[in-house]
Amino acid sequence: MIIAQQKPLEEIKGLLANYQRVLIAGCGTCVTVCFAGGEKEVGILASSLRMAFQVDGDPKDIREATVQRQCEWEYIEAIAEQVQQADVVLSLACGIGVQTMAERFRGKRLLPGLNTAFLGYPVEQGVWKENCAACGNCVLDKTGGICPIARCSKSLLNGPCGGSHDGKCEISDDVECAWDQIYQRLKELGLLDNMLEIMPPKDWSTGRAGGPKRIVREDLRPLSMGAGEHLSMGADEQGSEGSTLAPL
Amino acid sequence: MKAESILSKILESGAFAVTGELGPPKSADAEVIKRKAAILKGYVDAVNITDNQTSIVRMSSIASGAILVQLGLEPIIQMTCRDRNRIAMQSDLLGAYALGARNLLCLTGDHQVFGNHPQAKNVFDLDSIQLVQMMRAMRDEKKFQCGEDIALEPRFFLGAAENPFADPFDFRALRLAKKVKAGADFIQTQIIYNVPKFVEWMKMVRELGLHQQVKILAGVSPLKSPAVARYMRDKVPGMDVPDEIVERMERAPKEERKAQGIQICVDVINQVREIQGVAGVHIMAVEWEEAVPEITKKAGLLPRPAF
Repeated sequence: MIIAQQKPLEEIKGLLANYQRVLIAGCGTCVTVCFAGGEKEVGILASSLRMAFQVDGDPKDIREATVQRQCEWEYIEAIAEQVQQADVVLSLACGIGVQTMAERFRGKRLLPGLNTAFLGYPVEQGVWKENCAACGNCVLDKTGGICPIARCSKSLLNGPCGGSHDGKCEISDDVECAWDQIYQRLKELGLLDNMLEIMPPKDWSTGRAGGPKRIVREDLRPLSMGAGEHLSMGADEQGSEGSTLAPL
Repeated sequence: MKAESILSKILESGAFAVTGELGPPKSADAEVIKRKAAILKGYVDAVNITDNQTSIVRMSSIASGAILVQLGLEPIIQMTCRDRNRIAMQSDLLGAYALGARNLLCLTGDHQVFGNHPQAKNVFDLDSIQLVQMMRAMRDEKKFQCGEDIALEPRFFLGAAENPFADPFDFRALRLAKKVKAGADFIQTQIIYNVPKFVEWMKMVRELGLHQQVKILAGVSPLKSPAVARYMRDKVPGMDVPDEIVERMERAPKEERKAQGIQICVDVINQVREIQGVAGVHIMAVEWEEAVPEITKKAGLLPRPAF
């Protein structure tokens, strides 16, 4: 899921300084699960801001609303009225939610209350770890299910480099060496031969390097012709042949 | 002949090679390069020019190498994968060859977090093994990485590094095998203080037959002080400095510490040159180039062969 963190209160105060009626908009999906921008965090932030602005002698009308998903237009429609009534919307969604809202409510100022950090998962209570770089060309089949693009500080495909020590990365003892982990995992799986093969230079064009991406699935588009044809397709065919990844 | 460098000829002849290292200045001052080159000339066969070592901005390796060529000293251009993508790497290395460089050392590169611009964006488009592979194809197949033909190919003698002291230890010789498979002609190792561990690694290297496919230069470096020894032991990832070495530095009277550092370096050279498969030494005395003449003299590595 998408992992995010709330911006510091002082920064948020600065963003809101020139507005009177503020709507803090939460999101019920990823940022709720990572305790950054769900209904509960919206409530806590709203109280903190009300108090802080009160203390500063600048009380503001701060309201709260949370939708199931800010990244889909059909969900954000539910708070259209509250958005219209506010001078500004502070979104506690990830960057995707903020942009979806900004696109839907064009005349309204949309501000980010979170810093979107990475794609990852909770490893234990209160700890999240990045583990996917959305590179558009998955290599996990070769690396024992551990991503070197996201987990190696240098995104090496033929690691570990000379800085790997005691299972840690050279950049910090708090960072595990992904290639040490890959080595141990492949060893356990009896697949160490994978690491003897030279992985060729990666085609980065399927990720950020290739520019903004979009996926078009003709089989899912309402206006696409030959619907019956698509209905007869198997899941695998829909996944591969029925989809294209094209630059915007 | 795969390449045309003096270093390659010395290694092919079976002579024990000696390479040095020169750190370019944190300025645009060519005189620094000239001064350091004058110290090293005649004592080493070729000189590594570091590429923004530890991610600190310095004069470029290729520009510094071109100055060395003018001075009649053979550079080994170091190139890391940290700061350039495959477009810039190929372009810069065509230029380096045109300027007279004939040796290339392909490195992953230290992460930028260690340097003076930790907020920089890194590149790592390729890794060191892929860089070796790309440069081999440019030389032997006359092809750019994309597959297009090159009219006049850069014929570098290709080097790579390996750290026998990094983890996982069991994989280190196998990773060397990958570098050899990628096309490395020579290898320079991480600085050796833990000789028994290096011996163990070389045994694995010989078992894989790699010493017959690649020229291995053992990395050595004189310690300047006990503080440096402790720092390298405790703080530098991938460095293995046994307590015994630190104690030797500590036991020396203050005025003899530098001499002790040089003596330890000479002792390591004498030990590693006895190991089957070690084809030379790489003396890293960055910011202490003055130590190199004494080390090479004491280790009996002079005079250097003429080619």
